[in-house]
This record gives sequence, structure tokens and C-alpha cells, in this order.
Amino acid sequence: MTPSLVDLGAILPELLIVGAACLLLVLDPITPSSKKDLLAWMSLGALALCFMVTIGDLNHRVLAFSDLVIIDPYAAFWKLLLYVISGMTILFSMTYLKEERIELAEYYGFILLSLAGMMIMVSGADLLTIYLGIELMSISLYIMAGFKRFEAKSIESSAKYFILGSFSSGILLYGISLLYGISGSTKLTDIAQAVTSRGFDDPMVLFATMFLIVGFGFKVSAVPFHMWTPDVYQGAPTSVTAFMAVASKAASFAAFLRVLLEGFGGVKPSWQGLILVLCIATIALGNIVAIVQTNVKRMLAYSSIAHAGYALIGIVVAGSVANGDPIASGGVSSLMLYLAIYSFMTLGAFAIVGILRRGGLEGEELDDFTGLSKRHKGAAFLMMIFMVALAGIPPTAGFMGKFYLFMAAVNAGMAWLAIIALIFAAISAFYYLRVVMVMYMREPSAAQENETRLAFTPTTSVVLACAIAGVIILGVFPGPLVSVTTSAVMSFP
Amino acid sequence: MFDLIVLLIPIFPLLAVISNGVFGARYSTEMAGRIAFGSVGLSFLCALGVLGYVVSDPTPREVIAYSWIYGGDLSVDLGFLIDPLTTVFLMVITGVGLLIHIYSTGYMHGEEGFTRFFTYMNLFMVSMLLLVMGNNYVVLFIGWEGVGLCSYLLIGYYYEKVSAGKAATKAFVVNRIGDAGFLLAVFLIFTEFRTLDYLKVLEQAPQLSTGMATAIALCLLVGAVGKSAQLPLYTWLPDAMEGPTPVSALIHAATMVTAGVYMIVRNHAIFDMAPIALTTVGLIGGITALFAATIGLVQNDIKRVLAYSTVSQLGYMFLACGIGAYTAAIFHVVTHAFFKALLFLSAGAVIHSLNGEQDIRKMGGLHNKIPITYKVFLIGTIAIAGIPPLAGFWSKDEIMAHAFIHHHYLLYAFAAIGALLTSFYMFRLTNLTFYGNSRVDPKVEAHIHESPKVMLVPLMILAGLSVIGGLLLGFPPEHGLLHSFLHDVATPLGATAHEMNVGLLLGLATFATLIAVSGWALARYMYLSNPGVADEWMQKYSGIYTTLLNKYYVDEFYDKIIVEPCKRLGEIWDCFDRKVIDRFVIGVGNMTDVSAAGITWTEKHVMYAGLNVIGYGHHLAALAWRKLQSGMVHHYAAIIIIGLAILVHVAFLWFTSATALGQ
Amino acid sequence: MAVPISYYVVLSGLVFLIGLVGVLTRRNIIVILLSIELMLNATNINFVAFSSYLGNLSGQVFVFFALTVAAAEVAVGLAIIIALYRHTTSINVDDFRLLKW
Repeated sequence: MTPSLVDLGAILPELLIVGAACLLLVLDPITPSSKKDLLAWMSLGALALCFMVTIGDLNHRVLAFSDLVIIDPYAAFWKLLLYVISGMTILFSMTYLKEERIELAEYYGFILLSLAGMMIMVSGADLLTIYLGIELMSISLYIMAGFKRFEAKSIESSAKYFILGSFSSGILLYGISLLYGISGSTKLTDIAQAVTSRGFDDPMVLFATMFLIVGFGFKVSAVPFHMWTPDVYQGAPTSVTAFMAVASKAASFAAFLRVLLEGFGGVKPSWQGLILVLCIATIALGNIVAIVQTNVKRMLAYSSIAHAGYALIGIVVAGSVANGDPIASGGVSSLMLYLAIYSFMTLGAFAIVGILRRGGLEGEELDDFTGLSKRHKGAAFLMMIFMVALAGIPPTAGFMGKFYLFMAAVNAGMAWLAIIALIFAAISAFYYLRVVMVMYMREPSAAQENETRLAFTPTTSVVLACAIAGVIILGVFPGPLVSVTTSAVMSFP
Repeated sequence: MFDLIVLLIPIFPLLAVISNGVFGARYSTEMAGRIAFGSVGLSFLCALGVLGYVVSDPTPREVIAYSWIYGGDLSVDLGFLIDPLTTVFLMVITGVGLLIHIYSTGYMHGEEGFTRFFTYMNLFMVSMLLLVMGNNYVVLFIGWEGVGLCSYLLIGYYYEKVSAGKAATKAFVVNRIGDAGFLLAVFLIFTEFRTLDYLKVLEQAPQLSTGMATAIALCLLVGAVGKSAQLPLYTWLPDAMEGPTPVSALIHAATMVTAGVYMIVRNHAIFDMAPIALTTVGLIGGITALFAATIGLVQNDIKRVLAYSTVSQLGYMFLACGIGAYTAAIFHVVTHAFFKALLFLSAGAVIHSLNGEQDIRKMGGLHNKIPITYKVFLIGTIAIAGIPPLAGFWSKDEIMAHAFIHHHYLLYAFAAIGALLTSFYMFRLTNLTFYGNSRVDPKVEAHIHESPKVMLVPLMILAGLSVIGGLLLGFPPEHGLLHSFLHDVATPLGATAHEMNVGLLLGLATFATLIAVSGWALARYMYLSNPGVADEWMQKYSGIYTTLLNKYYVDEFYDKIIVEPCKRLGEIWDCFDRKVIDRFVIGVGNMTDVSAAGITWTEKHVMYAGLNVIGYGHHLAALAWRKLQSGMVHHYAAIIIIGLAILVHVAFLWFTSATALGQ
Repeated sequence: MAVPISYYVVLSGLVFLIGLVGVLTRRNIIVILLSIELMLNATNINFVAFSSYLGNLSGQVFVFFALTVAAAEVAVGLAIIIALYRHTTSINVDDFRLLKW
């Protein structure tokens, strides 16, 4: 059976991205190093094209390739978000790679390949496609984490990520194989039927679910599967860290949610409690351990763990009632909103860390931020806004995201969960504001006084402008995005 | 027209923030100062216009800027509610704020970061205005967090001082604990009413069940306690004195800290439904009023005395709310804003003329060197001590009389003793600062000078308000201008007009005056007539004295039980990672070496894996643990597996108990 | 006489556990890589066994994909190991501890 044109049309954005990625890999060796930027622009062009195509998907639902792939508003929302994230990462990398002297256009190719993996993940209706997407994303990320190959830290982070990543996907795959044994298919809808009829009595179902939760828990860095996060985030090049922290997390959440709701929607009580445990542990550990960090990238890594914990609230809420209940849709849409907002805040914060990178200095230790307001007002101010937003203080978008999530929890009758999350969000102010304190309430040392050169170039400025606009505008006018997310979950179970 | 005026009130300071924040470096600092106080002045004019409208027609009006949050059945506007309560706060914030801004242009003159200072101050004004003008809880919350953030930035303004940064962080984190309570209340309100607009919520509030009303009210109270520095979350306010003095006057005396009172009065319909919550409010207020006053007795830093006095006076306002005397609470907010801003600003003038000296043991005899500052400070002292006819007397007496008449005798006793202490420590402060022999450092003494006009004029205006403010707004008691103005918004549900017993009221007023005067007399006796007495008592009651001087060791207590453990926890995880996981992993590894020969490699591993995954890992491993040799990747993988084991375990447990229940 | 399906499941479970314990206990990064391969192959046993048991081909199709992915993973993994070896001249994972607390 040959794929029909309809099928190919459905995955047109994926085809475009993969095509562009392959083209980049081919063009890279024959492009003089002075013109590498052209390739970056080319990949941005591909993204823009895909953005146009995917916007059309925001209001229809298609199943393609004998139900392996689903194109629905939910997937379209995530893809659009991923395009924006990738675009910002590429723009930011154009400067950052020069700072790090790793100007290889392959890099953009890998970003696109990993993006393609994420896109397949979010529109997978079958565990096979989801697994393939995860692997395409992960393998590209393993490579990108080690892109500073002359630096031991970077390679080490790449190796750790690789070992643990393939270890966890081995567990995930084992879970999938058990599910196949139960239902004779890897389609989410078939699995849903089999799981619902067998129930959790069956140890096979139970183990399979656990293995799946571990596999996805690893990707979204939920405690206790988070151990790789700080190490890998710290060692990887900052632009890659940003991409991992934002894009791969968003895509993994998207797939996780789809698998749980579509595949295991019938046995919600069985897994909802487990996710709840993970959620609380993640929020608690992420926030507490972040307090003692002195490396900003590590601190942001723990912060990203904590935020994954908040986002898990969305899954817990969606798992507390039957599919289709408005409360469940509220949980899903607030999770989508939260991750979109989180993307802007975190990308911005990592971009600031990245532009602090100066010859010889890492620019990622807390000490490197000392007295930044004296040296570079603009960078300090932007960093302050990002920190304030991550801490969830209004009127920034960070508050909006938390507001919707916690409201969803309260609506679902889990006010106590909102209390726990709120208390830890209060604690989080401590470490976020420490960065602000160091920047604004400390004198720079004599050596730092002269270090006023930051990697502020037109492209980084655009990235920062996008991030700050996202953080402020989504805080002050969240309306349009909220309507997009709420309408996107309409077709979702 | 009305809508436009209302919208302009927060917009003027916002424009000043943008102008000074973005282009501040392009023009002179004088210009920046002018823009800053000019914008507040314009807001003040607009607020006057609003006052005119509201006086002519006190029905609440809503002004909607745009629809802000929506989705599901949730819909929140960025909108403002203008009613008498809001208007009173608007007048205080813009009026006192304007005076403090003008004063600051003199006080901060020549400071590095002058423009930055005013940017933050204006940002504070914007947030504070949003806080009191919002027509729903979310807008209030923006202001609520915004003032907290500005307070943070301004406390840490003198960043060369390490203590300033710490104090700022402390203030913010403590406040966030309160904020968590407030946000929770907001969520509860939404689940109960499906709306967050004040007018709709408060209209439906009487249908609340007592339990729910109590829950909401207590959560709101947690927020109010954090913001208004009441027990047990008051510790940040005294530390906040690290900031510049105008900041202390504006944020930590006149406006931000009264936000808690505003919030309670705004929601009094909910509190009225929850007697337990109201009693709690009253008790917290009463105890705080007394507790903070005792600490104020022995402090030696001029600003810290005032800080504790602020905590104590806020306690009075809470007490008033707790006994349903909402109008009296607002009245006290207003008079307190006058005299406490006056006291702080004149304390700032003293500090300014002594070149930054804040220790009252190094002052004394200043009354003829800086006469104007002395006079205004004295007026402030008399006003706060509660000696008629100055402002403080009227509001404080009204609160105390209300407590007595409505049979809250315990609270009355707290308030009365607190009033005695207040009068005593304030006159002690005045005596030590302005009378007696000069203890000023000779080097500094040569340069003592009166402050410039730009600082003195606001002081005089505030002094005037402290003198006549009480009479103007609150005379005759309970039937003053303010009372009739606030009648519709601050009358407790189900309150009945009670017959005024003029004799009783006069008696209570006389008693209150007596208390205040005896505080003055005692201070005079101890610090002017017989200067040795104070030291003698200090020796005699050294135990109590040191306890008070160390503020009952509350800070140390919090450090020990909350701050330290939190930091420890992060380290413990590290330890757990190194020790426990190491043992687990190395145990598994080493067991392969020590196992008996003859068993094949595979069997061994499978056996151990089986045993370990089930959960005996650490048990076996402890035996085999030899030396700490760590391979980190293993740890991570091991933790994943431990996590998996726990998940399976928990799931089995739940599942079996669930089926058992089912059968 | 056909072998019962449970035999296959137990076999694959055992292989999976061997791989898992190998990852946990081995220090040589290449052996770790091999152990991960064991885990992946255990799933392949499952897929094939279930496929023939259920008389349904999609499991075998899945195995093709899983094998391809595993091959790609190993290719990248070995490249990373070589890069790592150039830095540390070691393939013992205990030597890679720059990134920690």
C-alpha cells in the first residue's frame, strides 16, 4: 500500500523539516565558514513555512497513515509552540556558536531533526510513531549536548544523557511491548480498549503502565527520574540546554498527556495517584535543591524540574475525572498554557546566561552575575524580569500560568495540592530573587568592572525581545492564547 | 470623563516609570525627580476629581479597561472599582505619596542611583494604586505582589550594605508565604461564587456557609498578616528599615503595610459571616499591638523604634477590624498615615543632619540645633501617643471605646496597655533624641544643620494634618465626616445602631488621655528628671531587658526551625545521593565479587537484581559496602530503578486495598 | 508441541533484567552499551513472541523499527564514547565526574 497524497499532505510540515535538515547536512561542508549564517536563515525559512502550514491545522482533525499519525488542533498547538522555540534557539545560537567557536551548520540540521522528532511525537496516535519521535528527538539531542567536543564537560554531559536516555527508552520500549501483548496493537485507541477491559488487576497492565510512566517521567524530568537533568543541562552548550529544557520538555509532556488520556483514559484512578506522588515529589525536590545551587545553569535545571512538577498538576487534574469532563479539559489546557509561558521565561533566562559568555569566563556561575546592573543595565533588567516571571509574580506571564494551573486544581477539588504548590512557589522566590539580589545589590569586583562586553548582537536582541514580549504580553493579555488552548482541547479526549 | 480620570490615576506614575526607567540616563537627575513627583501630583489631582464625583454620588462604579483573563467560566477584567473605601485610600496614597516624593527629592539629593530610586518609587505607586483600585481579586493580587517587589527592590537599595540585601530577601519571602494564603483564598472564592468581582462576590457573601466563610476568611487573613506585618509574620518589617527613610515612610508605614487592613475591610462581608475568623483577627491585632510595643521600649535605633511602633499600630487596626469597627480601622489607617509618615520623615531629617547616625544613644540635645525638625517630630509624638486633640487620639480612642462598649474587655486591656507603652516609648525616643545632654560625636556635631526647605515643607504639611486630621475627619466620634462617607461600605452586616452613652464615652476618652499622659510622665521621669533610673532598671531587670532587646529571639527561632532546615534539606539530598545510592550500587557491584563460586555470572546478577529491586538492596549492600567509590551514572540509573520499584509497590498496595474495599 | 507464550515472556523478562543489572553494575561504558542493547532485544523477543501468538504482524513491524533505532543509537553512542576517550583516555564511567554537586 503506497501512502496516498492525503497522507503525505498531513505530514507536510514534518517532511519539510526533515528535508531542510538533510539539505543543511549536505550544504554544510560546501559552505565557506563566513557564510554559515545563510544556512541558519535557511532553517528559519523552513520553520516559517511550516508555521504557515500548521496554522491551518488548528481547526481540523485528520488521521493519516492508517491511524499512525493524527493531525488535530492539540498537535497543531504544540507544533506551533515548537516552531517558535526552535526559531528562537536558532537565532540565539547564531551568536552563541560564534562565542563558543563551534560554528558548524550541522548544528542547525540537528535542531531541525530533533524538532522533527518532537513533531512526530506530538502527533503520534500510535506508540510506534511516538517511540520513533522520541528516539529521533533524543538521538539528535545526545549529539547536540556534546557539541563542544573539545570540552570535557560537554562530552561528559552528552555521554550521561546518552546512557541514561537509552536506558530509560529501553524501559519505555519494554512497556510498549507488554502493551502490545495485551492488546495486539500499539494504537492508542486499541490499547485503551484492552486496558479498560482488563483493568489494573492484570500485572501486565500494571507493569506496562509503570514502565511507560518511567520512560516519560524521564523525558519530562519528573522526580525521581530527574537525576540526569542538572548534569546534562550544566555541561551542554547553553543554547542546547535551552532547547532541551524547553522544547523537549514541551513535546514530552504533549505525548505523555496524549498517551495517558487516550490510552489509559479508562483506568484513570489507577495512575492518577501515582502521577500525583511524582508531581508533589518533583515540585518539592526541584524547589528545595535549587536553593543550594551556585551555578546558574544548574539552578535553572532544578527550576525546570520544579516547573515540570507544576505542569504535572495539569495531568493530575485531567486524571481526576473522566475524559471529556470540562474539569479535565481545564487541566489539559492549563498545562498547555503553562508550558507555552514557561518556554518564554526559560528561553529568556538561558539566553541571558548565554550572552554573558565571554572569552575565558563561563558566565554561568552566580558570581558572574555580581553587580550586573552596574555593568550592563539592560541585561540585568531583562534577567530580573525573567526571574520574577519564573517566581510567578504578576503581572508577568509566570503568574498567569500558575494561576490557571492552580485554579484547575482547585476546580477539581484538590485545593490542598494547590496549597502545596503555592508554598513551594513561595519558597522558589528565594533562589530566583537571589540572582536579582546579586545583580542589583552587590558591587562588581574590580575585574568584573571592566567586563562590560556582552554578546548583544542583533539576533540575540531579537531573541530576548521575543522572550520578554512573551513574558509581558502573555501576562497582560493572556486572552488570545487561552482561547487557542481551550479550543485546541475541544477535539482532545 | 469619570472613566478617563480613573484610568489616568495609575497611568501617570506608570508613564514616569517608563520615562525614568528607559530614558533616565539621558536627562539630569533633577529632571528625573521632577517627573517622578510631578506624575504623582497629577495622580493626586485626578484622585481629587474622583473624590468630587464620589462625594456627590457614593454608589460604587466600575471602570473596565479590558477583558483580561477568560476561559471556561472564568472571566476577569482589568477593571477598577471606585467607591468611598477606594477613594479614601486613593487620597491617602496619592496625597501622602506626593509629600514623600517631594521630600525624597531633597533627601536623596546627590545619592548614586537617584533616578533608579524614583523609578522604583513610582512603580510602587502604580502597584499600590492597582491594589486599592482593582474591582476584583486578581487585580488586587497584581498590586499586592507588585508592592512586595518594589519593597524588595527599595529595601535593598543601599546594596553596599550586605544586611540590606538579606533584609530585602527576607521581606519578600515572608510576604510570599502570606501571598500563598491570599491566592488560596482567591481560589476558594472562585469555587464558591464562580466569579472574582468584588461586587458580585460581596453581594452573595451572606449566603456562604459558616465553614466556608471561615476558611476563606482565614486564608485572606494569612495574606493580610504577611503584608501588614502582624504576628507571627512581622519579623520582616523591622529589618526592612535597611532601606532609605522615605521608603520606610511611604511603604513601611503609610501605605503598603495597611494593604492588609484594606483587604479585610473590603471583604468584611465575608468576615462578618465567620465569627471565628473575626475573633482571630482581633486577637492577632491585640496581641501584636502589645507585643510589638514591648519590643519598642528598649530599641536604640531611631528607625527601629518607629518600625515596631508601626507593627503595634497596625495591630490596633486589626483589632478594630476584629471587633467590627471597620470605619475606626480605616480612620486609624488615615491618621496613622499622617503621623507615622511625619515621624519617619522627621527621623530621616534627624539622620540627615547627623550625617547618617541612627543610634539614639549618640543623639541628644538636638532641640535647639534643628528646631523645626524638633517641633514637627514632637507633634508626631503627641499625635501617636494619643493626647487630644491631635489626630491619633481620635482614632485610637474610637477603637478602644468600641472594644469596651461591645464587651471585648480582653482586647480593650491589650489596647490600653499598648497605648501606655506607646506613649512611653515615643516620649522616650523624643527625650533621648532632642533633650538632655548632647551625646553626638564631636566630629559630626560641628556640621549639624537644619534640612533644606524641600524636606521641611512636606514635614510641616504632615504636621498640620497630624494636628487637625483627626478633628476634621472624625469629630464627633463615630459621626465624623469619614464615618458618614464610609457608612455604606464599612458597616458590618447586621449591625444595629446603638444608643450612645455620652457619659461612658467621655469617661473612656478621659481614661485614654490619662494613659497617654502617664506614659509621657513616666518617660519624662526616667529619661529627663532622673537619667540614672533607666540604667538602674536595666540592671535590675536585665533578664527581661535582654529578651526585649533581642526581640524575644523570634528571628533566631525562625532561623532555627525554618530557614536552616530548608537549606539543610538541599544538602541532605546530596548526602543521600552520595551515601545511600552509593551503598546500593556498590553493594550490587561488590556482591558479584564475594559470591560463592560455582554460581554462574548471570544467575548472580539476576538474583541480586531481583532482591534489590524488591527493596532489600540497601540491606544486602550495607554488608558489602567497603569504600566510597562513586560512579555517578550508576546512581542515576539506580534511582530510576528505585523510583520504578516504589511506583510498582505503591500501585500494588493501592490496588490491593482498593479491591479489598470493593469487596 | 508449541512453546507456551509465558515461556517467552519469562525469557524476555530475564534478558531485560540482565541488561538492567548490567547497566547498574558495570563500569565499562561499552559493556553498559551492550547491556542497553540486551534490554532492547528483550523487548524484541516480546514483540515477536506476541506477534506470532496473536497472529498479528504489527509486532514484527515494530521490531524492524526498534532494531533500526537501536542501530542508530549505538552508532551515536560509540561516537560519543570515542570523543570521551579522547578527553579522559578511559572508558570507565567512574572517571566521568566533572558534573556533579
